[in-house]
Amino acid sequence: MSQGISLQPSRQLRRRYRAERRFKAYCVGALLLSIAFLVLFFSDMVRQGHSAFIQTEIQAEVTYNEDTVKFTNESVDESIAPLVSRAFFRSIPRRVDADPSLMGTTETLWLTATADVDQYRKKYSDRLEPEMQSTLERLESEGKVSYGFNKGLFTSGDSKIPSNAGLWSAFVGTFYVMLVVLAVSFPIGVATAIYLEEFAPDNRFTQGVEININNLAAVPSILFGLLGLAIFINFFGVPRSSALAGGLTLSLMTLPVIIISTRAALRAVPQNIRQGAQAVGASRWQAIRDHVLPLSLPGILTGTIIGVAQAMGETAPLLLIGMIAYIPDAPTSMTEAATVLPAQIFTWAGMPERAYVSLTAAGILVLLSLLITLNATAVILRNRFERRW
Amino acid sequence: MDTSQTLLVFFGGLVPMAAVAFALGRRKALLSDARGARMHSLPGQYGVYVATWMALPALAIGVVAACAVLIGVRVPSAPFVLSFALFGAAVGLAMALRRVEPTLRARNAIEKFVYWTLFAASLVSILTTFGIIISILFEALKFFNQVSVWDFVTGTNWSPVATFRPGQDAADSQFGSVPLFAGTFMITAIAMSVAIPVGLFAAIYMSEYASYRIRTFAKPLLEILAGIPTVVYGFFAAITVSPLVVDVAAFFGLNASYTNALAPGLVMGIMIIPFISSLSDDVINAIPNSLREGAYALGATKSETIKQIVLPAAFPGIMAASLLGVSRALGETMIVVMAAGLRPNLTWNPLEDMTTVTVRIVDALTGDQSFDSPETLAAFALGLVLFVVTLTLNLISIIVIRKFRQSYE
Repeated sequence: MSQGISLQPSRQLRRRYRAERRFKAYCVGALLLSIAFLVLFFSDMVRQGHSAFIQTEIQAEVTYNEDTVKFTNESVDESIAPLVSRAFFRSIPRRVDADPSLMGTTETLWLTATADVDQYRKKYSDRLEPEMQSTLERLESEGKVSYGFNKGLFTSGDSKIPSNAGLWSAFVGTFYVMLVVLAVSFPIGVATAIYLEEFAPDNRFTQGVEININNLAAVPSILFGLLGLAIFINFFGVPRSSALAGGLTLSLMTLPVIIISTRAALRAVPQNIRQGAQAVGASRWQAIRDHVLPLSLPGILTGTIIGVAQAMGETAPLLLIGMIAYIPDAPTSMTEAATVLPAQIFTWAGMPERAYVSLTAAGILVLLSLLITLNATAVILRNRFERRW
Repeated sequence: MDTSQTLLVFFGGLVPMAAVAFALGRRKALLSDARGARMHSLPGQYGVYVATWMALPALAIGVVAACAVLIGVRVPSAPFVLSFALFGAAVGLAMALRRVEPTLRARNAIEKFVYWTLFAASLVSILTTFGIIISILFEALKFFNQVSVWDFVTGTNWSPVATFRPGQDAADSQFGSVPLFAGTFMITAIAMSVAIPVGLFAAIYMSEYASYRIRTFAKPLLEILAGIPTVVYGFFAAITVSPLVVDVAAFFGLNASYTNALAPGLVMGIMIIPFISSLSDDVINAIPNSLREGAYALGATKSETIKQIVLPAAFPGIMAASLLGVSRALGETMIVVMAAGLRPNLTWNPLEDMTTVTVRIVDALTGDQSFDSPETLAAFALGLVLFVVTLTLNLISIIVIRKFRQSYE
């Protein structure tokens, strides 16, 4: 007899189940919102930046002779010349110097168009002088206009001519800065972590050092810029805007990241390993050097890569030490004025011409793909070599 | 000789010399071993011992000379310093080599040397903190010599006068920081009203509802958000979100500035989501399952358990995570530099343009101001306040998290 018992949940229970579903929906919604933003963000960057990877090129006959070396605009047909990027004309004397046999000859080349023509063809702007529009239409019908891969984006330095601006000097600057960051923060960070994890007595001082490191990891990055400006540049006289000054400043920011992850990697090595080594006569340092460090190396390297990737995207402290200078040529030493990828992106973002918007987004895509590669390497390293005990 | 050449000669000389010292020390130990003496340590350890004592005096002389150059004391020429360092190295080598005896505990000496090297490395992080404090404090004190603290804290007008323009007097400058802090707190508040709910709910989902597979997929996705450089967020806020805010405001008949406070605030909130979610996730995972099972046993549904048992137990940790988020929002620079305004503006309306502490710091230090102009010094005073506020927030949250971990261990 099941008459007295209702199989339907009571009204109150139904309300509680509804509340349950609602709560779960909020949670799922929060996650979906974050992922939706991520998708929106990446598609926006691709939408804005993809067009900067290709560039309008115009086929034209280039004449090299005494006159055109001086008045370089005359090296191509008078009607086409206004459509061709100034960067090409500037390169003519250099071309002839490099290969004197060019003198007195004519060759057919694909030349980079000006940013105005490029933007017009990509339909970002409709402002182009009517004369140039008609020349462009004529050339298009003759098949003398096409898109080519924008090599200059990767091979040339910054430029005030948007069609000639590239990331090369920023790549070189980033490389130098990261070299300094690695050389300074890796040894000091790993040494600090070994000290804290393996040697330090548990006293007030050690706790203070630990709290201090945790705090440093959360200090606003711009304050590190103030430190770099006051200590490295004004006190120690490191050249302003140099890769050395930037690298030293970023090293101090990367230090806590490396320390924290190295400590976690050392802690993951079981105590048995140390005791085993010491039981057969190894000293404390020998046990660490020969057993603990090799076993924790994947974890240490993972943390280091993540720290370097973070430093590579950092801009704010570099603004204060002057690394937003206009750097058309790649630096050749640590003490020369340099720029880095995020700083170059910041500089381009502040340029008034429309063409720089696509360039900025393209620079962002390049930076993001570098960072994602680095982080993916770190994750793969961790998954492949990490030992579970 | 320029600096890089001197360094090259110094280190280029030191490395082969250390190798020679190592070989000498090791040879002496091997020889006495062959003569039948029982050595305390391994031959190689005597080698390292001698090499260390050879290198230390040379390095010490080099460091002292470098510091003397940096603080501007006149030092003898580079060749003299180099030969002096060489002399120190020779003395160290001779003395250490003489001490290589069967009773010398070379291994213990190395151990001690390693210990102190590691200890010295751990001081760098403390020196960094001191470096930040010193570099900010002195300039800030210079500023407060010129401007009273009271005016700085309570003044509502921030209008530094550029000293390099003729006919203008720096004394006319006004340094009331209230509008800057109002802007900072407004943008922080907008950011946190996005980041705390979204981050917390995402963390609850990941730790309480999600299956293992969804977790391994969604967690790295959220972490990508934390890995995007702030300059990229800044560009996104300025070029995409700000115009969007203006359009939406116009749709509702409101007038929004293109450098409104809402856009950088929203984007900053999205940037902070992963910080809140991953910290809260850890905290919620640390709550023992027995608490949840007790609630289920009494008939609570899952969400009731979370709301009435798990979240109250995790509250200190979640609060600490939120404070860390606030600290990050206060100090965030690139997003506001690129998307927020430059004009100090005291208003409650997030659609108007506002400026923040970090924007003014960057503006003052990247302009053509001379280094001791009041505006530059003001940047350091702002930096000091920023440091003190974020330090307090960080310390509270670090200590709360430590206590929380201990209570559930």
